Amino acid sequence: MADFLSLSGWLIVLLQGILFLLGAPLLAGWIRFVKARLQNRRGARIIQPLQDLYKLFGKEALVAHTASLVFRAAPYVVFASALVAVSLVPLLATNLPSAMAADMIVLVGLLALGRFFLALAGMDVGSSFGGMGSSREMMVSALAEPAMLMAVFTLAMSAHSTNLSSVVDFNLANGLILRPSFLFALLGLMLVAVAETGRIPVDNPATHLELTMIHEAMILEYSGRHLALMEWAAQLKLMLYGVLIVNLFFPWGIATGDTAGALLMGLLAVTVKLLLLGVVVAVMETVLAKMRLFRVPQYLNLAFLLTLLGLFSHIILETGT
Amino acid sequence: MNMSHLPLLQQGIAVLAALVLFTSFALLAQTRLTSAIHSFAWQGAGVALVTALVAYSSHTSHLYLSAALTLGLKSLLIPWMLHRLVRQLNMERLVENIAHPAVLLLTGAALVIFSYWVSLPIEKLGLGDTRNIVAISLSVVLLGLWMMVSRRQVIAQVLGFMSMENGLFLAAVASTRGMPLVVELGVAFDVLVAAVLFGIFFFHISESIESLDVDRLNRLSEREEHS
Amino acid sequence: MIAFWLVLLLPVAGSMLLALTSSLVVSGWLNVFFCALEFLASLWLAVLVHAGGSLAVAGFQIDAFNVYLIMLTTFVGLTTAIFSRPYMKDVCEQGRLTRQRMRLYHAMFQMFLFTMLLALASDNLGILWVAVEGATLATVLLVSLYRTPESIEAAWKYFILCGVGIALALFGTVLVYFAAQQVLPDAEAGLSWRVLYQHAGELDPRVMSIAFVFLLVGYGTKVGLVPMHFWLPDAHSEGPTPVSAVLSGLLLNVALYAVVRFKMLVDGSLHSTDMPAMAGMLMMGFGLLSFMVAVLSLQRQRDIKRMFSYSSIEHMGLMTFAFGMGGPLATFAGLLHMLVHSLTKSAIFVTVGHASHIAGTQRIEHIRGLIRTQPGVGWGLLIGVAAIAGFPPFGVFTSEFLILSATIQSWPWLTVLLLSGLGIAFAGLFRNVQPMVYGAAPEGQSAVSANMLPVLVHLLAVLWLGLAIPAVLYGWLNEVTLLIAGEGL
Repeated sequence: MADFLSLSGWLIVLLQGILFLLGAPLLAGWIRFVKARLQNRRGARIIQPLQDLYKLFGKEALVAHTASLVFRAAPYVVFASALVAVSLVPLLATNLPSAMAADMIVLVGLLALGRFFLALAGMDVGSSFGGMGSSREMMVSALAEPAMLMAVFTLAMSAHSTNLSSVVDFNLANGLILRPSFLFALLGLMLVAVAETGRIPVDNPATHLELTMIHEAMILEYSGRHLALMEWAAQLKLMLYGVLIVNLFFPWGIATGDTAGALLMGLLAVTVKLLLLGVVVAVMETVLAKMRLFRVPQYLNLAFLLTLLGLFSHIILETGT
Repeated sequence: MNMSHLPLLQQGIAVLAALVLFTSFALLAQTRLTSAIHSFAWQGAGVALVTALVAYSSHTSHLYLSAALTLGLKSLLIPWMLHRLVRQLNMERLVENIAHPAVLLLTGAALVIFSYWVSLPIEKLGLGDTRNIVAISLSVVLLGLWMMVSRRQVIAQVLGFMSMENGLFLAAVASTRGMPLVVELGVAFDVLVAAVLFGIFFFHISESIESLDVDRLNRLSEREEHS
Repeated sequence: MIAFWLVLLLPVAGSMLLALTSSLVVSGWLNVFFCALEFLASLWLAVLVHAGGSLAVAGFQIDAFNVYLIMLTTFVGLTTAIFSRPYMKDVCEQGRLTRQRMRLYHAMFQMFLFTMLLALASDNLGILWVAVEGATLATVLLVSLYRTPESIEAAWKYFILCGVGIALALFGTVLVYFAAQQVLPDAEAGLSWRVLYQHAGELDPRVMSIAFVFLLVGYGTKVGLVPMHFWLPDAHSEGPTPVSAVLSGLLLNVALYAVVRFKMLVDGSLHSTDMPAMAGMLMMGFGLLSFMVAVLSLQRQRDIKRMFSYSSIEHMGLMTFAFGMGGPLATFAGLLHMLVHSLTKSAIFVTVGHASHIAGTQRIEHIRGLIRTQPGVGWGLLIGVAAIAGFPPFGVFTSEFLILSATIQSWPWLTVLLLSGLGIAFAGLFRNVQPMVYGAAPEGQSAVSANMLPVLVHLLAVLWLGLAIPAVLYGWLNEVTLLIAGEGL
């Protein structure tokens, strides 16, 4: 682990944060772009989400007269928690000064904090859509969180650490090993990620017109910079899950030193991996239809089952004499 | 010994065994008959592949034959027969109603833990590279049993029965590199005959109670004795 | 050698020939003929084994234990075939069965005998499993022969429950093979019972005890041990009577035989651990539970065949208990009980078949006044029940007395339980049988053509065994006891 006071280390952390902030809208744009192409549309440019954010920041933020302080504070809290969360995740390099805080359980907690305020904000104005969205969000997260934690534990048991950086290092050191537990954890985590980031088949990020919407229902009352922060936080979360999946399970290419070459290599690797993941997500969203809301618990049960099997297969097949 | 010290082949065997366990859960939770039959076919294919890999890694040539037999029987012939039966009995669209899917699966998970506990002393004896696949196979056996207990559809029960056989076969392959060939042929023959008999029974049952729901097979319950 | 192959292959030949014979008269006689040949062959085999001690042929092994059961099997097979010839002809003429199904019946009857003999003769534990499973498969279509909804349901239960049980037994077998591979120089021989028995002391006790639990539950399902017994009353009551007779008289024995063989291995393996009698204790527990539950369930049955099938569970429980207790006396008693129970119970089922033909139903309350309508059947039932209930001077009394004596020696408190159980069973049986035998015959009830010869032969044999066990048989059973318990009487 790098020195806590190393200046270059902190610079890399800063760089990662900036990359996350800029990369998140681009990843969302990339997925939209690929999806459009798959559906035989030309689609918007990849930088469209960035431009949207820029435009929203320039607009006036209207607040309903029934709204309380929570409503105003929520976008900042949500955005801040997402930002802190992403800054913990090793994007380019592993042994960074921020790594000692990069615990998987902290990460789950930070995400939960953001979600909590999001749900509060949805209910705060008192519109029917907001409350509906909040209750659905809480249902999804209540089912998704155990699965997520189980996946985390599976990884942690192999690496003997809940520290993200250590897990990545562990996987790097061991090279390619077919671990049944990782396979299950990966599948389970992907299902959880889809549910948590509100993608098809759990939620549809592209529409405001469905009675079944979850995420969009909660932020329906926001406008201007508040909306921009909320959108940005959601995109950060999407990228966070993406980076988690690619860097935890396929860590190859990530920088272990802090030389410029290694970092550039790391940037290239993670970009390629995320682009590929984006294609996978786009294909899945094109192929699958959104499922009815009451099917969501079954879907999340499957995720839980998968991660549980991951844990079992770790204990049964991978430990022992 | 850690996973990372195992050769790639053994890792592959472990992954496949875990996938076989997953198909068992899939079978347990599938409400649509046709999907359940597919899951069963995949399970058969998984078991056959494990067998082939074990045969390759331990240079046991007669296991190749067993693998081929399993593939042909469990993942092609029997699923095909069941598919045909389901079509003939007009049950393709049938969806069985499971009362408490979460309880079903959690009990399944508990059974896996139980199998692990039971097979601990066996593992301690030193299984070497096939490790604790015995626990996995016992789980598959018990999950099949649990499926037979919990599901009300005759075909689902048969699938449970056949998946128990898969688990047994996996146990034999994993712990002892397969039984002697003559025994394996005998077992395969029995399974085949059982599958044919099941087919005959579907028709008899559907003729006699006009349904394939075992809840309606209740004429011989002890309660009736009093009435 | 020739005798052995004859015993094993005659049923196969018979099955094939009978599958091709469509004439009712011919196939009935042919069935009897083949059974008689098999009996003679097994007699020859028994003489050979008696002279030579044991016989081993490629994968098969005949010692005193299984040759005695092989003889019993072919004998009961023969008498049941004699009974089944006119009985099934009647059934067929009543229109309950088609010609096609009669062919199936005869072919499967022989096939069933083949699987039983294969299971008994095989030295390979895997083949033993295959044969016992084969016996289920052969009989499942016999149970549903009448194709009534009830019989199909019974057959389905039988199929599923025994299938599950036997699957667990295979798991146990795999574990035994695994344990054997760890110690045997020639791993391929790890399923040979003879080889395993020689090396029993080296087998890993932990693995063997886990294996035995699976084997006991698995084969125990077939024995009809509580709580895996639910198939048994259904299958016995809904199948044709000859099938009930062979199921009760033979199949249960073979399953118990398998359990005892495995117990011998496990005992050898656990010999020097702190739980040397684990297998025996388990068997005693299951046996006692089955005995008590069956005795109580027997009381409330309304179907005559169901009642007697519960009586079968009771007696199988008693035998399991006796074998579990171990020791020369209990083992000898268990063997004797196996013999007399098979003879008596198949005689009873034959009589019951006639009785239900006379009354036209199997409901106990509608079967009345047998002794007036047809004295042969009435007396047969009465004497049969007296024998099975353990009346002196029948053989069942002798064996039960021996079991009780053995219990007093080692587990005195359990004798109370056993004695009261026997008393309750006796009361239940006689409460139901008395009005069936005496009572006023309903109007218009007439005699049927009954063949009481098998019943007579069986009951006389049981009576003889009760009065005096012939020296040859005594020596023989003693030899088996020596084999199982390690010491003779």
